[in-house]
Amino acid sequence: MTEQPMVRFDNVSKRYGTLTVLDGLNLEIARGEKVSIIGPSGSGKTTVLRMLMTLETINDGVIWVEGEPLTHMERNGKLVPADLAHIRKIRAKIGMVFQSFNLFPHMTAMQNCIEAPITVLGMKRADAEARAAELLDMVGLSDKKDHYPSQLSGGQQQRVAIARACAMRPKIMLFDEVTSALDPELVGEVLEVIRKLGREHDLTMLMVTHQMGFAKEFSDRVCFFHAGKICEQGPPGELFGTPKNERTRQFLHAVLEAG
Amino acid sequence: MIWDWAFAFEILPVLARAAIVSIEATLIGFALAASLGLVLAVVRIAVPWTGWTISVLVELIRSTPLLIQIFFLYFVFPKFGVVLDAFTAGVLAIGIHYAAYCSEVYRAGFDNIPRGQWEASIALNLSAWTTFRDIIIPQAIPPIVPALGNYLVALFKETPLLSAIAVLELMQTAKIIGSETFRYTEPMTLVGLFFLAMSLVSAALIRSLEGLLNRRTMR
Repeated sequence: MTEQPMVRFDNVSKRYGTLTVLDGLNLEIARGEKVSIIGPSGSGKTTVLRMLMTLETINDGVIWVEGEPLTHMERNGKLVPADLAHIRKIRAKIGMVFQSFNLFPHMTAMQNCIEAPITVLGMKRADAEARAAELLDMVGLSDKKDHYPSQLSGGQQQRVAIARACAMRPKIMLFDEVTSALDPELVGEVLEVIRKLGREHDLTMLMVTHQMGFAKEFSDRVCFFHAGKICEQGPPGELFGTPKNERTRQFLHAVLEAG
Repeated sequence: MIWDWAFAFEILPVLARAAIVSIEATLIGFALAASLGLVLAVVRIAVPWTGWTISVLVELIRSTPLLIQIFFLYFVFPKFGVVLDAFTAGVLAIGIHYAAYCSEVYRAGFDNIPRGQWEASIALNLSAWTTFRDIIIPQAIPPIVPALGNYLVALFKETPLLSAIAVLELMQTAKIIGSETFRYTEPMTLVGLFFLAMSLVSAALIRSLEGLLNRRTMR
């Protein structure tokens, strides 16, 4: 038996009224694979992550996580919409880092990192704190654990957000344009943490990014989205080096031109 | 002379005792309003299909006079076998009436929480209950403390309505003193001054609470 893909989008569509954001998406991501999603705005790339995180409903198709349907469950051989307990069980495998950080502003960095482990995983406070301290150390912020988000720079906030997501021990990490809201000089420190995370943890990563250099160097595969479909995908060397599709060429040309 | 100091001092202890009843009614009524209002606002978001029912209920309560609601609880409910003593019926009516207003205040507070906070809560797999308790409510409350405080003062100033069902609060006591002695100037003035003093004190307390909450959250 071949290994189950970590995530499989099976003919998934998303529409807002008459606007089709994603049109019959088929995408498989293997365990441990790092996949970057690039494309012009409005191409549906962020929607892919948001659907996987169950922040958006889907109109058609099924998303499978380790062979189990995410927002459906099997009953009498048929797929029916899943109840909350099922969704929460599958959702526990997924973590997400947002463009706008979304840290809890009334909690310190440490409190941000222990909230979910204590209330969702039922960890003891001391254990959760020890684990959070390790993670804050990993993102280079052990000296900021008692700081509130408003006392941290954007890059620091985003690194806390990464530590917070890791504290739930997800198998899949989603990065939604995590450097787009940062001042240019702060982008590097966040990317460095993601690199480290990729090296040291056995995580499947799916990221939407505008950092072409990072996508090229970091990912195993790059998917170029256009108008709700995957227009072209392949290893970064191929996609960036010898793009086959005209749209991909145009997009890369425009983006690389802009620097 | 219109004002008789001796008489004023004579009735002061009686009014002071009645003032305690007024304050009790205010505190219990507001505790009920604040908690029931919060429950209504949370349920409206957490259980979407209740939205319409709760809107109608809130609108119904806000669009009818409190006095009628007090009378309803005290005089009409017994017909359905629910007999409440005057204080309970009155405080319940006040509490429910202001719960309707408070629920709208909480709702505004919840609406002001950025969507990212809800999304982060989902991404961390927090339950709806935990999300409200630990993430949403602690952020939503501080900005609405002034609005809730205004309702506390407004509720307090409406407690004289309880005199309509003969609860021995300040107003009723003053009326009784008036009708027994034919002197209304002193009791009514004292009652008015008492409300003025208490309202000013509460307003000051709310302002300092507001300052405290802001310092705690806006670090």
